[in-house]
Amino acid sequence: MAIVQAKYDSAEALIAANPAPGGVKWAIQAQAAAQARLREMGAPHRRDEYWKYTNPARLVAEIAQPAALFKADEERPFAEVDRLRLVFRDGVFDPEDSDPLELAGVEIEPLADVLQKDIHWAAMHYGQLEANGQNPVPRPMAALNTACANTGFVIRVTGKAAKPVSMVYLHRNETSDITIRHLIRLEEGTDFTLLENGPAAARLNKVMEVDIADGATFNHVRAQGRDHERQAATHMFARLGKESSFKSFTLTINGVLTRNEAVIEFTGDDAHATVAGACAGDGDFLHDDTVFITHDAVNCESRQVFKKVLRNGATGVFQGKILVQPGAQRTDGYQISQALLLDDDSTFLAKPELEIYADDVACSHGSTCGAIDETALFYLTSRGIPRTQAQDMLTLAFLGEAIDEIEDDAIADDIHARLEGWMERRHG
Amino acid sequence: MLKINDLRVALKEEDKQILKGVNLEVGAGEVHAVMGPNGSGKSTLSYVLSGKGGYQVTSGNATLEGADILDLEPEERAAAGLFLAFQYPVEIPGVGNMTFLRTAVNAQRKSRGEPELSAAEFLKEVRAKAKSLKIDAEMLKRPVNVGFSGGEKKRNEILQMAMLEPKMCILDETDSGLDVDAMKLVAEGVNALRSDGRSFLVITHYQRLLDHIKPDVVHIMAGGKIIKTGGPDLALEVETNGYADLLAEVA
Repeated sequence: MAIVQAKYDSAEALIAANPAPGGVKWAIQAQAAAQARLREMGAPHRRDEYWKYTNPARLVAEIAQPAALFKADEERPFAEVDRLRLVFRDGVFDPEDSDPLELAGVEIEPLADVLQKDIHWAAMHYGQLEANGQNPVPRPMAALNTACANTGFVIRVTGKAAKPVSMVYLHRNETSDITIRHLIRLEEGTDFTLLENGPAAARLNKVMEVDIADGATFNHVRAQGRDHERQAATHMFARLGKESSFKSFTLTINGVLTRNEAVIEFTGDDAHATVAGACAGDGDFLHDDTVFITHDAVNCESRQVFKKVLRNGATGVFQGKILVQPGAQRTDGYQISQALLLDDDSTFLAKPELEIYADDVACSHGSTCGAIDETALFYLTSRGIPRTQAQDMLTLAFLGEAIDEIEDDAIADDIHARLEGWMERRHG
Repeated sequence: MLKINDLRVALKEEDKQILKGVNLEVGAGEVHAVMGPNGSGKSTLSYVLSGKGGYQVTSGNATLEGADILDLEPEERAAAGLFLAFQYPVEIPGVGNMTFLRTAVNAQRKSRGEPELSAAEFLKEVRAKAKSLKIDAEMLKRPVNVGFSGGEKKRNEILQMAMLEPKMCILDETDSGLDVDAMKLVAEGVNALRSDGRSFLVITHYQRLLDHIKPDVVHIMAGGKIIKTGGPDLALEVETNGYADLLAEVA
């Protein structure tokens, strides 16, 4: 009983500490409904099934632990990409430092403005995917986000976007504790790429809802910031219409606690979704990928590809579920989660789950955890490549299989180069 | 060039002696063949010389141009001029063959204090050498040995040897898994590399390979020792009579 009560007390405290920003009627209703959801499910607790590997205490603590600012000695990601750049400083949009909110094929408005307007489509979608995604597994941090978010963007894609939109989340204040929320709607047959990079804050709660109409294509690549002490709970909720496509890749290097959840639902036939992630953790580091994919349509394909390299006591978590609803025939679900442990102190915890209620289905999953391949290492060193360099080559090759899931080759090369640079600098 | 003196080696994991006092000397520019039945320690000898883990040298030593190599890391031995063509070349997914070759060539140059090859210089050299081994651009682009046929893997070993220009080349059953044409191609690659300053230790089961790569000296290895040394005729004798006679002779 004590645990249950603690969850509800903690939820009340979160609501009190993060008041609803209000707005017009639909906004007030959406925020109130989210508060009610949070009250009902309670705050996350380490005794919850989906938090047993990742203790959420620091995410729900009243005061966020400060995080030292990372002195980047390198070019930021996506510098070479032609993009519409939108900059946030500790969660506050900085229009001075950003490109104008104008892009052919895309309507972009700050969330704070949208909450004050009667925009029919936004009112219809805001908080909807988050609310649907609360079943059967509760995601209280996402409900909290809907209840209190006042910053982020509302994006409607009406054609083929002229170039990617790139969100840059700068962290400038060691104690910043922020909430960011994006709502993205891709109309039928449209095409949109979203790039994200940066740590955003000492503690971040970020939610992105992506509603993908029939025949639309959404690509997403993010590089979470390198600040060692930063913490983040992020959610991606996506709905896929008929013949649509969703591809998301996340690179995580450093960060003391990162929980990335992806909740994806196929509602139209013949659609494709890929969620991939590469992470490199060193020392006090916990990275958790929690994925839930629901197939509720015919002939859809989903891929989950997660790779983690861990050392010096770092911990990696993977919880991945494929749920195939009755009638979702010819589903093709693939899931792989692998960890490369560079020493004996690191830990990988994986929980793959398949729940299938249709009979004409191909679902495969695999999870491995191991040390670097000594045979391959000997082969490389016997050719004169120093051991540390050979190890780096094998480590990059391992993570490369997740990077290969990125649609755009130039962006994939950018991510690859960042990892390479990270390894080189690590050796000083 | 290579001098092995009373080398005794055991497996680290289990207390099992594999090499029981190997003596061997390969002069500069010479080609020596090591033949012997299965389990005689031939491959172990090649691994121990190139620095693979898991073996314990219990006594003896091995020198390359007078310098002891057994205490060196594998990459240091490679930089000193030692090369092992693997019996089973390792597949390395995610590492491009070209990247691998260039990294290896430049790592060795760097450790010898030579300037690294530029991308253009490297490309020119690798293309010319690959062509003579019938290795196409596609094979160079693919991940190291992944999806290569047996013959392609062995040709890729010889390409690495040609690019790295070692002084002492050890070929561990390079003929295994090769058809006659592939063996000829590999042998031509090896012969093209023969020179006064470069020596070869060719480990093989069969005399066949030695028709193409003519040895100066043939050693027969059995039970972890060299039991007989002779000229090229010794290989022919083995081909005709098998190892049984030789083993009986020693026993």
